[in-house]
Amino acid sequence: MSFLDLDERLIQIAEKASLVYSPLVDIKTFPDWVDLTLVEGAVSNMEDWEKIRNVRQHTHTLVSLGDCAITGNVPSMRNQFSANAVLERSYHENIELYPQIPRDMVPHLLARVRPVHEVVKVDVFIPGCPPPADAIFFALSELLEGRTPDLSAYTRFGS
Amino acid sequence: MSRLSQQVVTLKIDGRDVGARSNETILEVAHENDINIPSLCSVEGLSVVGSCRLCLVEVRGTSELVSACSTYVREGMDIVTHSERLSHYRQTILSLFFSERNHLCAVCVSNNHCELQGQAQALGLSHVEVAYRYPQLPVDASHERFVIDHNRCILCTRCVRVCDEIERAHTWDVAGRGVQALVITDLNEPWGSSETCTSCGKCVQVCPTGALFEKGKAVAEMSRRRRFLPYLAKTKEKSS
Amino acid sequence: MMPEELTELAHKEQTDAQQWQHQIHVCTATGCLSAQSDQVYTALTREVRDRGMDKTCRVKGVGCLGLCSAGPLVQVNPAGTLYQHVQVDDVPELVQSLKHSPVERLVCSTDIPFFQQQVKIVLANAGNIDPERIEEYLAVDGYQGLLQAVTEMTPSEVISEVIHSGLRGRGGAGYPTGLKWTTVAKADSHQKYVICNADEGDPGAFMDRNILESDPHCIIEGMAIAGYAVGATQGYIYVRSEYPLAIKRLRNALRRAERLGVIGNNIFESAFRFQIDVRLGAGAFVCGEETALIASIEGRRGNPRPRPPYPAEAGLWGQPTLINNVETLANIPAILRNGGGWFATIGSSQSTGTKVFALTGKVNHGGLIEVPMGMSLRSIVFDIGGGIPNELAFKAMQTGGPSGGCIPETHLDMPTEYETLNQIGSIMGSGGIIIMDETSSMVDVARFYMEFCQDESCGKCVPCRVGTAQLATLLTKIAEGMATPEDLILLEELCDVVKHTSLCGLGQSAPNPVLSTLRFFRHEYLAHIRQ
Repeated sequence: MSFLDLDERLIQIAEKASLVYSPLVDIKTFPDWVDLTLVEGAVSNMEDWEKIRNVRQHTHTLVSLGDCAITGNVPSMRNQFSANAVLERSYHENIELYPQIPRDMVPHLLARVRPVHEVVKVDVFIPGCPPPADAIFFALSELLEGRTPDLSAYTRFGS
Repeated sequence: MSRLSQQVVTLKIDGRDVGARSNETILEVAHENDINIPSLCSVEGLSVVGSCRLCLVEVRGTSELVSACSTYVREGMDIVTHSERLSHYRQTILSLFFSERNHLCAVCVSNNHCELQGQAQALGLSHVEVAYRYPQLPVDASHERFVIDHNRCILCTRCVRVCDEIERAHTWDVAGRGVQALVITDLNEPWGSSETCTSCGKCVQVCPTGALFEKGKAVAEMSRRRRFLPYLAKTKEKSS
Repeated sequence: MMPEELTELAHKEQTDAQQWQHQIHVCTATGCLSAQSDQVYTALTREVRDRGMDKTCRVKGVGCLGLCSAGPLVQVNPAGTLYQHVQVDDVPELVQSLKHSPVERLVCSTDIPFFQQQVKIVLANAGNIDPERIEEYLAVDGYQGLLQAVTEMTPSEVISEVIHSGLRGRGGAGYPTGLKWTTVAKADSHQKYVICNADEGDPGAFMDRNILESDPHCIIEGMAIAGYAVGATQGYIYVRSEYPLAIKRLRNALRRAERLGVIGNNIFESAFRFQIDVRLGAGAFVCGEETALIASIEGRRGNPRPRPPYPAEAGLWGQPTLINNVETLANIPAILRNGGGWFATIGSSQSTGTKVFALTGKVNHGGLIEVPMGMSLRSIVFDIGGGIPNELAFKAMQTGGPSGGCIPETHLDMPTEYETLNQIGSIMGSGGIIIMDETSSMVDVARFYMEFCQDESCGKCVPCRVGTAQLATLLTKIAEGMATPEDLILLEELCDVVKHTSLCGLGQSAPNPVLSTLRFFRHEYLAHIRQ
């Protein structure tokens, strides 16, 4: 959503870059080679794990966007407990009708939620929850110019 | 000491000539001259502990780093407060702080008012390189007005000091060693049943993070009022 | 007491000692006690009495005889025959043999380098005197150093003698003792303190414990001399409560010394008075750090504080305080008796005198040793220690405990000196030496010490509190083969940060075992890394 807050600046970005993959585009497989990937969210389950490794392999510059990707943030709150304890709580203790832990169809939870850079190498970090549009715009503009952005004036953890 | 306190010295901080009294610390002199040295454990009006290590500075002519909060100025000192090396050390120290417990700025009562968060931004910490430890820590909400959330505590001991030195109640102290250390009330009893706590709330006001907060404050609502501290410290100094 | 009384008591004890045809010394220090030497002692006493020999043969409990790995040790004097691994069943045969020749199967040769190459100053009395009888200490010129200092020398003359000796702190860092004394002596205060740091905590180290158990009076004498030199009237011995025997003997010795008047008021009829109290620590490693130790004696949490001010300026209760290690103080009486010049001739020019080491690990002869400074590390391992057992190869020598490092074979010809050990990334330390053979993993060693430091960090400053925990996690990851090359880089970066930004010596030296094993055994780390 923060990304959409770029508003008319999206057009400036679009003039220099084309969007090749996103949950909102039709292509379902990650392209062979991508110059810049923004990734948000922490690595929570096996699907995330495989996806991020695939993304890394096919990306030149990988950007962690937002606190969940960078710190684990809210998803990582479950890390104080074991994955099983979390499933028990969600699917047994708090369910009255046919409590059961889903084994099929949903990805297997990792023992711990991890920030992206604990799984693959990350090149640029844009903290914030959410990162302000200004921070995203500055970061993208700098990256498109081939520079590494210093974002400390634009955003921080949490804000 | 009174003889010493009369001495006036001149020294250099980041190449600037500054004057100071010999009973002032590097940190005090730097602040008087609007030179910013990051720190988390020190706060004006309380004793010095030198534990956060963010205020380490270089003194030319020596290889060791010194903590600005605990080191008195000397004639002819040549101090460097910002360098690549210091910046790297400070960022790593901050990373260690963030990795130690469960700091979730986005859902914290102190979001946007937190000194740890502020230092991370000021020192350009974009991510934490070391692994997060995710310890399981308690939250004590037994007090009628305040809460202590150990997940956000950085063990700066400001609460311990303000309670002992200003309020003179000594409700707070530290128990345990190393990463197991926790601030405790009385002999590790629930805060709400503490017989020594006067509920003055000074500890809550000096807390740099969201560890100590007032009940009823939601995310980002907990700001602190600290103007009382230097004043009370002065009064205490005069009366003792 | 009057000086003459001291001489008289010493003479009486010396004369008494001559009446015995045989004196059987049984080691009753903790090392041999743990192998039931107390039962051997009781059995010997009974056997001697039952055979009606108790008028000619004395059985005596003594301090450490040195070769702890061969305990329980018994020595029969004046012949000097040393028996090893003595069991209660051996006692009748042993007593029987007094009239004939020694029991060959139990004899431990004293011709081996372990005994021949040692030079004993600190341990001179260990194994010779009964640590529970002050008379025996007097008989070997005990309290003569104090007598001389108090009755014949000015405090500054005492300090000059210590400076002249070149003695350096035996706690590890090697700070010149005379200089430390001068600073405290010059500090302006009506009240000063002397503290004996007996908070020995390195894994594998038991030098201080054995000195206290074997010869407690030399510490008391050393402290009193220090008190006289710096102008202190009160001393504290800070010892960990894990050392119950040392505490018992120390307290007993203090009582005897007080009763005799060698400590207390008007010592040797002079104006000098000096009191000593024992303070027990709860065994926190960090309390060996002097500012934490002071906090602990004051009854506060044992946390270090930034220095300066140094304890010499503002120590215990804000007063000038001299803190010396057990072994440092144990050298003082001999320096006073024989002169600083005599001491300076022993050892090497920059590191004078001797050093006591607790030699343990994979060596044939382990125990408590005292060697002249400057002896090569190789001699310690292969001559004194008698080499590596089971025909395995030597791999590393660990000195300085959690603050020190591992020295490989290639550096074994270095002399044992403060500076040379620093150069190769280790430290002299308080004297623990652990020998490792080819089967030891250096990553495991580094991990062991880091976990130790993590447990023992007081938690006050962040680099030590969290840094050691992070380093221990990384080392575990490496040891388990789960680490990447990036983890190794992070390990080295973190070591640098912890070393240079920690508040006290514990944190500042905690990375040393990692750094030194990385320096000399990097290939072992790399072998664990996932490429």
